[in-house]
Amino acid sequence: MQIFSKDKIYDFMGKSKAFISVSIILILASYFFLFTKGLNYGIDFSGGTIVQVKYDTKAPIKKIRQSISKDKMFANASITEFGSPNEVIIRFATSSDHVSTDAGDKMKNLLEGTGNFKIRRVDIVGPKVGSELRKKGIMAMVMSILTILIYVAFRFEWRFAVASVLALVHDVSIAIGAIALFQIDVNLDVLAALLTLLGYSLNDTIIVFDRIREGISETRDLNLFNVINDSISKTLSRTLLTSLTTFFVVLTLFALGGEIIHSFSFTLLVGIIVGTYSSVFVASPMLKWLGFDLKDYKAKQVAKEKRKIEKDKARSMYEKGMM
Amino acid sequence: MSKGGLNYRLVIFFIAIIFAVGFSLPTLLQTQKGPKISLGLDLQGGLHMLLGVKTNEAIKSKMKSIASSVKFFTDNNDIVIDELRINGDIVTLSLLDGDEEKHLDDMLKKIQGLQVKKDKLKYTLSLSNKEKIATKKFAISQAVETIRNRLDQFGLAEPNVAKQGVDKILVELPGIKTIEQEKRARELIAKAAHLQLMSIDEKRTDQANSMSEDEARSYGDRILPDSRTPNVKHIVKAVPILDGSMMSDAKVGFSNMNQPVINFTLNSEGAKIFGDYTAKNIGNHLAIVLDNKVYSAPVIRERIGGGSGQISGGFSVKEAHDVAIALRSGALLAPVKLLEKRSVGPSLGADSIKASMIALISGFVLVVLFMILYYGMAGVIADIALVVNLFLVLSVMALFGATLTLPGMAGIVLTVGMAVDANVIINERIRELFREGKGVAKAVEKGYSNAMSAILDANITTLIAAVVLYAYGTGPIKGFAITMSIGILASMLTAILGTLGIYQYLVPYIEKTKSLPFWFGVKRVK
Repeated sequence: MQIFSKDKIYDFMGKSKAFISVSIILILASYFFLFTKGLNYGIDFSGGTIVQVKYDTKAPIKKIRQSISKDKMFANASITEFGSPNEVIIRFATSSDHVSTDAGDKMKNLLEGTGNFKIRRVDIVGPKVGSELRKKGIMAMVMSILTILIYVAFRFEWRFAVASVLALVHDVSIAIGAIALFQIDVNLDVLAALLTLLGYSLNDTIIVFDRIREGISETRDLNLFNVINDSISKTLSRTLLTSLTTFFVVLTLFALGGEIIHSFSFTLLVGIIVGTYSSVFVASPMLKWLGFDLKDYKAKQVAKEKRKIEKDKARSMYEKGMM
Repeated sequence: MSKGGLNYRLVIFFIAIIFAVGFSLPTLLQTQKGPKISLGLDLQGGLHMLLGVKTNEAIKSKMKSIASSVKFFTDNNDIVIDELRINGDIVTLSLLDGDEEKHLDDMLKKIQGLQVKKDKLKYTLSLSNKEKIATKKFAISQAVETIRNRLDQFGLAEPNVAKQGVDKILVELPGIKTIEQEKRARELIAKAAHLQLMSIDEKRTDQANSMSEDEARSYGDRILPDSRTPNVKHIVKAVPILDGSMMSDAKVGFSNMNQPVINFTLNSEGAKIFGDYTAKNIGNHLAIVLDNKVYSAPVIRERIGGGSGQISGGFSVKEAHDVAIALRSGALLAPVKLLEKRSVGPSLGADSIKASMIALISGFVLVVLFMILYYGMAGVIADIALVVNLFLVLSVMALFGATLTLPGMAGIVLTVGMAVDANVIINERIRELFREGKGVAKAVEKGYSNAMSAILDANITTLIAAVVLYAYGTGPIKGFAITMSIGILASMLTAILGTLGIYQYLVPYIEKTKSLPFWFGVKRVK
């Protein structure tokens, strides 16, 4: 089976302005949502308490609200269905630092009489830990982008590195925009998904770049557009295939993986789509705009090659001299 | 390229298969012996807590015990002092007998890290900064040790207590089944178990219920509630006779009225202090104080030698059992506070395992079928590599004793999607070479070498992201980073080396059959 015809070269660069415009609109929309709706930080980052309660029958949300509002501590608690109508998550912003008696114990007493229930999860994150986790999360993001930048610059050229990092910023921005739009709870697992997305999207970009690098050394054509079009077209079926297999898998995770893994798989789902888009339509045109010049690059490669040959020559002469 | 048949790549691949299957069997079959992957608390259920230590309290309690020893020393040597007061982390006293100044100074000098300020005969005692830091440090390691001892005796499977960072304590308790059990464990951990034997201030007993804390402090007293009826107060001397650090054992026993009590034994030093004190105070009341509550206040009828005593105070059997554990493993020098808690019921963990297994299996089936549909036999070969990859991930995790968490499961699921990537890249390259009219052997060989730099660069960058995730991640997220990294590394072995070995073995057959649609899902282009 084959999806793409064998040798067709698609003109991606010719339409690059249109693609970039789509990206810019999406990014602007993302920041709009980010600033108007804001991120819905979960307790991992904001601190607070969640209690997950499962009833034998449909959870009586009204009754639960009445019962727990007797305690001032839970007055502003939010109660939401979780996965099934029998299960609810009760969340509130406060957290107590008592080890022996905590919110879960109090909750259990208050809920007595609302039906047959079981407390299945109590997560408490103190404010200090929350801010620490947030700091660590941002650090993780910055550190991985930096190390990736260095690695790509080392393996390719600085413009490749900058282009791929810009594509990453593009992907993460849009993913965060979607998270804000759908008000997904931002917890540690969403952070993990965003970092996975960094690795994944870069993976795609690198494979296109690798082909461009190869294309440059093989062709005499000095038109960057042609080289890029050729390289993207040749990697297109791979890009789409891998994205598809990964997309399948994340989709099953999203549909069947249970409520707990939902925000993780949602983030990845969005990420895979934008990541694939950006490695095809965003990263490569960026090379041109960053002032990547084929002649220059080739000249540098030739000079590099020459230096290497001279070095080898010098070494062999030196070694001979030693003998 | 070799002419088919066995080659070193295939041999390595076979060894990898045997290794992978062999070391994943204990996990898959849940055998008694052999390395197994342990499930994280989010999958098997349990309690995870991050605790902080209120280290300032440790300094205060150290000063309190210094005050006790000063009192013991002066009493025994007939040195008359007055106004021995404890004020937070400062102890003050005045010496009435000027002739004894050197005697007292010599004694104070022997106490390590004590700073003594003197204004004539008024003494102000505090700890030096160095000693404060040391005390705080000790309080943390002592808390780790104490909590570990308590949980070991509590009888739960594999409690884990470890210091985290500079001043935090990580407590992990798998195998907690109910919220009641969890609460009991938490109470045991938090119990200060601070036993003190104190003297009742006989002159002021009738004011116990009316006096304020501040007023009591000005007399060098404290007001403590009764354990059974908190409204009843006792007035005791703030400087205790001795504390739990001089206790050698504590056991649950039963009183004459068949009530559970705790019998404790003092060590020889404690027994001597206690004996001396009781001998001098016949007729007075003694308060047995646990965690700032007075459990009983009996009259001293005679000198009590042998150093044993009893705490009775309306315990239930369970409570008495837990208190005895806490006393035996020692007091917490400083109380702990909750920074973070994650508790997952076993049924929720089981649900998570079920859901992620379904996702893993269906994702796996989808990918496997898709690869066969698209690439024919080449897809089958990639699928073989994928299966071996999964086994390798399991076996390496088992060998390292890694913990599988829910995000870790997600990492494995994701690996399924990403591990076939290398084979997709390679197969696409091979197809390209067919289009250029290359023969099978040449196409396979060049396909692998052409694909190599892309695969390496792509995998290394993903690996970088995973390593950073591990370095900055916490708890379950680390589990995700681990499975991802192992998955990527394993895929290099299976998807690159393993499949190439298979092709090298098969090339002569493929050339004979000439059926490219069957082998590579593509027609030969002329």
